[in-house]
Amino acid sequence: MMAQHKKSASKLPLINDESRAEIDQWIAKYPPDQKQSAVMAALRILQDQNGGYLSEDLIEATAEYLKMPPIAVYEVATFYSMYELEQVGRHKICVCTNISCKLCGSDDVLKHLQQRLGIGPGETSDDGRFTVKEVECLGACVDAPMFQLGDSYHGKLTPQRIDEILDGLD
Amino acid sequence: MSDDINIEINGMPLQAAPGTMVIQVADEAGITIPRFCYHKKLSVAANCRMCLVEVEKAPKPLPACATPVTEGMKVFTRSEFAIEAQKSVMEFLLINHPLDCPICDQGGECDLQDIAMGYGKDVSRFAEKKRVVPSKNIGPLIATDMTRCIHCTRCVRFGQEIGGIMELGAYGRGEDTRIGTYMESAVSSEMSGNVIDLCPVGALTSKPYRYRGRPWENQQRETIAAHDCVGSNLEVELRRNTVMRVLPRENEAINETWLSDRDRFSYTGLYHEQRARHALIKQGDQWKQVDWQIALNYAVEGIKTVQQGRGSEQIGALTSPSATLEEMYLLQKLLRSLGSHNIDHRLRQLDFSRSDIAPRYPSLGCTIAELEQVEAGLLIGSCVRKDQPIIAHRLRKAALNGANIMSVNAIDYDVNFPLAESIVTAPDNMPQTLAGIARALLTLSGEPAPADLATRLENITSHDDHLAIAKHLHSADNAVVLLGTQAMGQNEFGELQSLAELIGRLAGAKFGYLTEGANSAGAWLAGAVPHRQAGGETIASPGRHAGEMLSQPQGAMVLLNVEPELDSAYGSQALRSMQESDFVVALSPYISDSLKACADVILPVTPFIEMSGTFINTEGHWQSFGAAVDPLEEAKPAWKVLRVLGNLFEFDGFDQVTSEEVRDELRAISGEPPMDNQSAWQCPQLAPAGSGLQRIGHLPIYAVDSLVRRAQPLQETTDAIAAAAYMNEQTADAAGVGDAAYVLVQQDNSEVRLPLVIDEAVPAQCVLIPYGVTGSETLTRAYGPIELQRG
Repeated sequence: MMAQHKKSASKLPLINDESRAEIDQWIAKYPPDQKQSAVMAALRILQDQNGGYLSEDLIEATAEYLKMPPIAVYEVATFYSMYELEQVGRHKICVCTNISCKLCGSDDVLKHLQQRLGIGPGETSDDGRFTVKEVECLGACVDAPMFQLGDSYHGKLTPQRIDEILDGLD
Repeated sequence: MSDDINIEINGMPLQAAPGTMVIQVADEAGITIPRFCYHKKLSVAANCRMCLVEVEKAPKPLPACATPVTEGMKVFTRSEFAIEAQKSVMEFLLINHPLDCPICDQGGECDLQDIAMGYGKDVSRFAEKKRVVPSKNIGPLIATDMTRCIHCTRCVRFGQEIGGIMELGAYGRGEDTRIGTYMESAVSSEMSGNVIDLCPVGALTSKPYRYRGRPWENQQRETIAAHDCVGSNLEVELRRNTVMRVLPRENEAINETWLSDRDRFSYTGLYHEQRARHALIKQGDQWKQVDWQIALNYAVEGIKTVQQGRGSEQIGALTSPSATLEEMYLLQKLLRSLGSHNIDHRLRQLDFSRSDIAPRYPSLGCTIAELEQVEAGLLIGSCVRKDQPIIAHRLRKAALNGANIMSVNAIDYDVNFPLAESIVTAPDNMPQTLAGIARALLTLSGEPAPADLATRLENITSHDDHLAIAKHLHSADNAVVLLGTQAMGQNEFGELQSLAELIGRLAGAKFGYLTEGANSAGAWLAGAVPHRQAGGETIASPGRHAGEMLSQPQGAMVLLNVEPELDSAYGSQALRSMQESDFVVALSPYISDSLKACADVILPVTPFIEMSGTFINTEGHWQSFGAAVDPLEEAKPAWKVLRVLGNLFEFDGFDQVTSEEVRDELRAISGEPPMDNQSAWQCPQLAPAGSGLQRIGHLPIYAVDSLVRRAQPLQETTDAIAAAAYMNEQTADAAGVGDAAYVLVQQDNSEVRLPLVIDEAVPAQCVLIPYGVTGSETLTRAYGPIELQRG
């Protein structure tokens, strides 16, 4: 009530119809009083809707939609490394540098990306095309060294293989 | 209990109920297990790992806080294995903790410091870089030094589980975990200060107390909180006769281990520049500092002059509802010895129509702890969360346990627990609403309507929400109906009282009042009302009540800790009445310009911390306390001043040496009567609600008394609501001011220009204008019709 509790403008319109439908599917999987169980799915869906990252407004929209305190959504969004809180490139390359990949040459993968794209881990190219990220084990040790590009895994990486993959991108 | 199971801790055989955690059993048996994240009032997180103990047959050490007891369990808290585990955890906890104890406010009362003494290594093996965490500004009450945080999450759990709003969270992960608010926002809970006590390290400390002292330099004194009817138990810490801070004193029956921010931080107003330090008398237009003796004589002469010239019935007295029992008793004794019954404490009451049938003293009708057990509760005109935060906490526990807590309010208050039903309606429509509920209950219970009500109910319809409330109340075995502080200030108070009591009776529920101030119950018993003697005996020809005294000039007035325009519902009218009275004696801890404008003598008296006394809380529980600290400069406890005044008038019965004697004198008259809110039935008129705009005069949490109003840190919080006109959009548009920044509000012969704030919590045709705050005091009535135009 009153001044300090005055509702700021609703952020719900930021969720588009398609996302809303998809989030509702996830909400339906849980008991009606446990909507917040859908928070991870909702954040992923909204991240996709927003071109790969979550804005403050979208975190607040999620909170509003799932009736959670914004800080609770923020906790989730900051805990998992697959949620981005700042704008990323059109193509996000997540290079695994965990033990198996490390032993099989993930350093060379990073080095090659640095040479070809001019960016290191945690950086985005000036043209906004690429972001390189260092991540922990993605569970594909059998194909080490590997990275995740967008939604797909690419393994047994060599400089040539990396070039082929990157050449095929817009 | 027979189903208790047997366990052994360090060879000591113990019994415990199944499901109890090892740490609880150990705590009860006085066996110390180190811990950071475990707190008896919070959920178990088991994330600090400090309480690791050895359990026979368990291959690994187990956290005592999250290990339930089992039959035959053998626990070792001090074995080599256990201590090794505890020491290892300690080493990890200290890795990132800065060694800044010399500049840390927690030093000397720090769990980490204490436990490190027992379990820490002398030398750190950690040579790498330590983590540094930037601190956030989370408001005027809590200082943050987040580098010191050990991620116990007690503060986070407090917000979720006790405070009822999750404002703090643990974001990030692993080494990058941070505790903080969402973005850079201030914590707004009215109970937020408790995280300072909960924080086991120096990450969250008191901002007003920052760098002011060390715990080992402070002396502890016990007292009782003076800002609501709960009477939370306080521990006041002082150094060199100066109050340094206030902490909760555990009392499971009242405040448990908690304290509201108002009770915790009000002490910051103690040494305000407006504190009255010397006696003053007005000569001509000049104020002159004088000796106590001169001021007292001046006061006595002034009152005598009025008495001789205009008669005893022209003398009156008003007391703050938070004055002590002793002060109130002596004040009424003085007045009655002077031959006048004009005394009152109900400064914020507008409707006195049912004073005669009021109970002996208003009370909760059940104990504070019993509120947790209710299955249904109806709050009427109550902003319980801000008015009595500890009561709200108990109701919240009930609600989370599945109780149906419901409300009928003039404002859609923000509550921190789920409401089963909530009706928001204009103040003058609240009797009709309650009548709708009562009508539904008459049908449900099959009981006959009390005298005259049946005909008046003919025009009342029970809507679905009325019916739902009635059903919840009626079906609950243990229900409570509470009439709130805000309702008691409304024009309709009398009708609401009759109807609320009726609803309680028909539903088989307990009925109680959430009164204002710390000592409304005491005021009734002490005789600080015009129509009852001390002890409660009815007076045949009663004196004037607060409403009469504050609306028209009197002969002589004695004010006890009253700032007329802010402490009453009558605003500038109260001030003008005092100004135009012949002679005003103000016993006041503070001197404001408006007090100077209306008083002829100002006698400096002490706030509650500086005196001994008694408050009777809402359970009818007499809580006496001693002075925590000596009076500031020449200020004196008002009970002593009143006693001396009695002597100067040469009245009998003013020879008490201690406040205990005063209390015992009253107790000999009144006894300690148990709670009983039953009153005679008086049928409400149920007049239809008016049309046109009306004012709602909500009293904000940090406007309740002279001390709180001067507590600067509290005034900087978001709960310190500024004077403004709050309206919903539709009403504002209909009044033609929807897009105005300011509005001109007119009430009777007064007017004020206020900023307009659109707020959907206010019902249609209503304008919420808080009172007790500077800026709205020019208006003359907290509730009632107003007119409004662009300003």
